[in-house]
Amino acid sequence: MSNTDIIIHDEKDNVGVVVIEKITPEQNCNCWIMENDKSVSIQSKDEIPLGHKIAMADLNEGDTILKYGHDIGKVVKNIKKGEHVHVHNVKTKKW
Amino acid sequence: MEIPKSFLGYKRENGRAGTRNHVIILPVDDISNACAEAVANNIKGTIALPHSYGRLQFGADLELHFRTMIGTGKNPNVAAVIVVGIEPKWTKRIVDAITTTGKPVEGFSIEGVGDIDTIAKVSKKAQEFSMWASEKQREECPMSDLWISVKCGESDTTSGLASNPTVGNLMDKLEPLGVHLCFGETSELTGAETVCEKRGKTPEAQAKFKKTWNDYNNFILKEATDDLSESQPTAGNIAGGLTTIEEKAFGNFQKIGGCQFIDVLEPAEEPTKGAGLYFMDTSSAAAECVTLQAAGGFNIHLFPTGQGNIIGNPIEPVIKLTANPLTAKTMSEHIDVDVSKILSREMNLSQAGDELIKSTLRVANGRLTCAEALGHKEFVMTKLYRSA
Repeated sequence: MSNTDIIIHDEKDNVGVVVIEKITPEQNCNCWIMENDKSVSIQSKDEIPLGHKIAMADLNEGDTILKYGHDIGKVVKNIKKGEHVHVHNVKTKKW
Repeated sequence: MEIPKSFLGYKRENGRAGTRNHVIILPVDDISNACAEAVANNIKGTIALPHSYGRLQFGADLELHFRTMIGTGKNPNVAAVIVVGIEPKWTKRIVDAITTTGKPVEGFSIEGVGDIDTIAKVSKKAQEFSMWASEKQREECPMSDLWISVKCGESDTTSGLASNPTVGNLMDKLEPLGVHLCFGETSELTGAETVCEKRGKTPEAQAKFKKTWNDYNNFILKEATDDLSESQPTAGNIAGGLTTIEEKAFGNFQKIGGCQFIDVLEPAEEPTKGAGLYFMDTSSAAAECVTLQAAGGFNIHLFPTGQGNIIGNPIEPVIKLTANPLTAKTMSEHIDVDVSKILSREMNLSQAGDELIKSTLRVANGRLTCAEALGHKEFVMTKLYRSA
């Protein structure tokens, strides 16, 4: 089994979580989808630390972020596949 | 793994069993802390539970104060109790309620006597209780005598990925053995509230959850000057990669595995519907939440953390687990169970759940938790509104 760099909870999710100390720009990352035990790969665009999220697809302002297969917030600034997803480009829908 | 059928606990007069054998000196109010602490300093084998409130409270807030005091005294991890208050009336109300368990309880009031003579009288009784409790032996108790509460803190994305699901795996394995289970954190289910509501086993439980969450949310909308962005998620959560309260909530929710909750409890309320999972309406502040769950009668606590929360409780042992490899390394003295190998896929969830069951039983049998060894005794009353 190759090393896992990113874990994705659910096949529907459009973000994954970095599970190594950090990934660096243009790193080819191995991703594991927990729900169905599938593997996919992605090239990162940013440096992303442990526990932080990476976009698995291009996302536009107003799009919904899916994690655990559920709505966890909205995109407030366009995000390219492979970029860091966090408070600078995603916001809660609660307030 | 075959799950053990029993643990070694202290059997109590009312049929419950404790994982600890504390003799507590319980101040009714803030101004009785000094006396309680002096007694605990005099008499070995006793602990004082100082706190900040108990004067001029009224209505639901006062009732919660009494429920927390009484529930703490009734907890089976407590062998005997001394209650000390400034006035006799409230002291007596707490003593009388704890007496129903059959355990030794005595009350003292300071007014008209003063601290020094009260400390002398209380110390004599505390010595008697401490020496009596020291002879209690651990006996074999069925797993169903475990009442396990859970709460996570300083969460990050590793909590939702691995440490919270490890707790969920333990719940799935222990629920069929007749264990009582409890989760709380009303505020930190925000975003997952409709998914959580559907986990109610009955329409009544679902409706009760919905009302509890709505009441909380209405309170927030009324009190918040802006929104909760400054406190939910916390700065620690954000550093750990959590972006929104919804993301935090779905991670939090992993702690109950596939279990359904049978009832919704008021803060510090003791469950009465038999074994199974309960939701308790609590704050998400760690010490407040665990204090309420201990007052509800829970005798062992599981606390997954991401960035490294360090909380303990004076009467309910708090077992910490983390899946964050950096936290496991940099804060190792606080971590009882390291499940970070889930992230590198060297360990699966079921193996992690088994490890947690083993550690839980070792602590139930008497092994000190990290928090106990480090002296963490956070006893924090929940206050609903300002005093009169």
